[in-house]
Amino acid sequence: MTLQRSPDAFSADAGKTPTFEQSAKVSLADTQLRRNLGKATQTIRAKRAAAVEEMPDWERLREAGRALKERVTRHLDEYLLRLEESVTRAGGHVHWARDAEESNRIIAGIAKAHDAEEVVKVKSIATDETKLNEYLEGEGITAHETDLAELIIQLAGETSSHILVPAIHKNRAEIRELFKEKLGARGLSDDPSDLTNAARLYLREKFLKAKVGISGANFAVAETGTVCVVESEGNGRMCTTLPPVLVTLMGIEKVIPAWRDYEVFMQLLPRSSTAERMNPYTSFWTGVSRESGDGPNEFHLVLLDNGRTGVLADERGRQALSCIRCSACLNVCPVYERTGGHAYNSVYPGPIGAILTPQLVGIGKPGPDSLPYASSLCGACYEVCPVKINIPEVLIHLRGRVTRHKQDGGGLKGRLDPENAAMKTMARVFSDRKLYEGAQKAARVGQWPLARDGAIGRLPGRLAGWTESRDLKAIPKQTFREWWKARNGSPENGSA
Amino acid sequence: MSTAREEILRRVRRATRDVPEGERPEDVAVERGYRKEDDAPREEVVARFAERVAEYKAEVRRVKEADLPEAIGENLKERAIERLIVPPGLPEEWLPGGVEVLRDDEERRLTNEELDRSDGALTGCSLGIAQTGTIVLDAGEAQGRRALTLLPDYHLCVVREDQVVGLVPEAFARLEETVKGEGRAVTFISGPSATSDIELNRVEGVHGPRTLEVLISG
Amino acid sequence: MRVALFITCFNDTFFPETGRATVEVLERLGHEVEFPLAQTCCGQMHFNTGYQREAIPLVRRFVEVFAPYEAVVAPSGSCVGMVRELYPMAAELANDKRLLYEVEELAPKVFELSEFLVKRMGVTDVGAYYPHHVTYHPTCHSLRMLKVGDAPLELLRAVRGIDLVELREARECCGFGGTFAVKNADTSTAMLSDKLRHVLDTEAEVCTAGDNSCLMHIGGGLKRQRAGVRTVHLAEILASTEEAN
Repeated sequence: MTLQRSPDAFSADAGKTPTFEQSAKVSLADTQLRRNLGKATQTIRAKRAAAVEEMPDWERLREAGRALKERVTRHLDEYLLRLEESVTRAGGHVHWARDAEESNRIIAGIAKAHDAEEVVKVKSIATDETKLNEYLEGEGITAHETDLAELIIQLAGETSSHILVPAIHKNRAEIRELFKEKLGARGLSDDPSDLTNAARLYLREKFLKAKVGISGANFAVAETGTVCVVESEGNGRMCTTLPPVLVTLMGIEKVIPAWRDYEVFMQLLPRSSTAERMNPYTSFWTGVSRESGDGPNEFHLVLLDNGRTGVLADERGRQALSCIRCSACLNVCPVYERTGGHAYNSVYPGPIGAILTPQLVGIGKPGPDSLPYASSLCGACYEVCPVKINIPEVLIHLRGRVTRHKQDGGGLKGRLDPENAAMKTMARVFSDRKLYEGAQKAARVGQWPLARDGAIGRLPGRLAGWTESRDLKAIPKQTFREWWKARNGSPENGSA
Repeated sequence: MSTAREEILRRVRRATRDVPEGERPEDVAVERGYRKEDDAPREEVVARFAERVAEYKAEVRRVKEADLPEAIGENLKERAIERLIVPPGLPEEWLPGGVEVLRDDEERRLTNEELDRSDGALTGCSLGIAQTGTIVLDAGEAQGRRALTLLPDYHLCVVREDQVVGLVPEAFARLEETVKGEGRAVTFISGPSATSDIELNRVEGVHGPRTLEVLISG
Repeated sequence: MRVALFITCFNDTFFPETGRATVEVLERLGHEVEFPLAQTCCGQMHFNTGYQREAIPLVRRFVEVFAPYEAVVAPSGSCVGMVRELYPMAAELANDKRLLYEVEELAPKVFELSEFLVKRMGVTDVGAYYPHHVTYHPTCHSLRMLKVGDAPLELLRAVRGIDLVELREARECCGFGGTFAVKNADTSTAMLSDKLRHVLDTEAEVCTAGDNSCLMHIGGGLKRQRAGVRTVHLAEILASTEEAN
């Protein structure tokens, strides 16, 4: 298996991130990856469809979810202030972080204040985005990932390739080899339950020892300050319950208005993500419960911006902030199914990543700028999105932003770009009937060196990508309009 | 230099300049046309709860209230539970003889190591949700702290029939008071701990109790 | 009904036979077909590739050419999708309220052929005869943007002599996606190879769809493999009659 170590969109050298096309070439050639992914996405797709089928009010739930998220995005300042007040009132501490650096400093500071050399973590994509583990390592603090998949990729020194199943690209045999080497687990079979038990034993000790737990958040309620972690394995319960200090990092967009709004999201999320009626464990906590000794006695909530306010500023693009990280769009995406998550070079892969990543890091970096093009615009993502994010629409919108950025900010190079020149010429041709009809004739004549028996087998230059795997139909002798004109006699009268 | 808080709020306000000045959050319409209450007969709701809990590979039995102590005894014996964790407020009559009872109470809280070394926990619950086969714990009577049902490898949970609601929205409605009042933690449990991280094969039992058994009493 | 044919630049140039078939079907059903010669391109390729400012004049042109008609019909789901779903976005980008108004007036009158026949006119039997094994690929824009549903299948089922074979994973994209097929040629090809496999599994002689762009992609792959299966636009099957066969 190829170890992917190219810089991702959120690393310091994000400008050097490869484009999707470049990385996809590598992934597509990995036959094992293709098999693993194909099997997994097809399984989960069928399961999700069944879980949704069962719900007669699914469309109404989706609409409510969409509307609630819209309410939040339009009034985010107010909801953040309410959340801060509620969490504080419940005995928690709220921190604000403008960017990854600030967030990491805050979290490391809390860990150091409690002399923690080790922390346990429950899956949080936000901390992958901020590269918290690496930062903590630099501060002498070891972060243990406790989600089975996260543990697998942490031990392998890899990065996640799926929002929900980060090790979706690895099969059982590969995992067994890894556990034998890194956990010293002898006599291990490749049975998933044996592998899982090895992880249980290894991590149980970490949970009991840890002074600080770090989590992400699926939702946080402005009205009550109740934070929620949705999970399956119990590592989330461990991390948010056992260590005396809990730090939760959440993007500012994760706030929802009221406690009762969970009735919408807790129906939408499990069925969309793991295709279950309900995921095994969901923890909801409201500040700290010192008197009853239930859970941590110190709770910190870190509110992270890190580009989110930039996304918010784009009226059409901001719907990406409604994402509840279910990963249904990944599982139905025909592009993702074949390239896997690594080709996106971002902690947010798949269709949602293709609209979130370039917006979060800003337009103008070749790697992230290529992501809105990593789609055939088939619309399968929009169809399944539990909060009705119109991903194809945002993809197209972002293609426009990327193109305009190149044209306006690219100087001479931007204007001389061959694609740009060709598109401009074609737009001119299409805007004038005479030019258009002339071009049809010219193309028919111009294709003669390439066409054989009504087909073109090889195209030159940038268009060669087409003919690598497909013949191109040659232009026939008569256009439709020529036929029409001949049939109806008068060339200038459009009517029959 | 402004604080991060001020700056983020300023950025948010600048980014949402398109929102009309006078618009209140409530002005953004939210159509809640989804089902709020299950109108199925009680017996059907309870039967659905039992069926769906069982689908998660949790063992479920329905017993008469009077037979509950006996049923508990049977389950514990079957699983060879010797050291049993018991939360405050659990009815005394539920406790069978012949097991070592480890009580967690305010004067003497069990340590995580004691919980880890126990064989299992016996609790009641706050609610059951039929639609999803979910058991809800809210750290109240007969449930105790979250750690009690997390560290032991076995969890036996008693659900009274009148605690079972039909749909998810009914559960959140019932829990509202607890959350807003005392702010107690709420845990949703739907089957035993599980993972599908390896080739999407479901494996029961990762970090939480590997065995979940449910007795529905009525 | 007086119907304007929106042929699309792609069909006009590469697939005139589809245009001829569309005229044939509409006229057979008693419609008066007009073909405004001033039409060129709807701007979809430009718009979807990001050259959106460049597409705006094409949007204006389209609106001007087709506004006078009661109904506009095109044998292409994706071009109709552009007009109906993305023209408002183009008008907003142009910051032109009048254009937005005009686009919103025009959009509901623009139909993809199968939805015009089945949903607008309530016709499923167009008197066609086509004695072949055929499999139908529902193109993404017809399916998910226009939501034509089973309209094309209803039309096909009413064709005499046809043996309609179901395509497995039919709803999955063929991998065309406009300039995606060139910009991300590798991924596009990976998607295509699965689609081809499913098409070949049906053992059909003909693969049909409501969009020649997808069909050119699928057909180009079949031809390259010398697979012995041809692609034919839905309109051509509907135009086919016993006399012609």
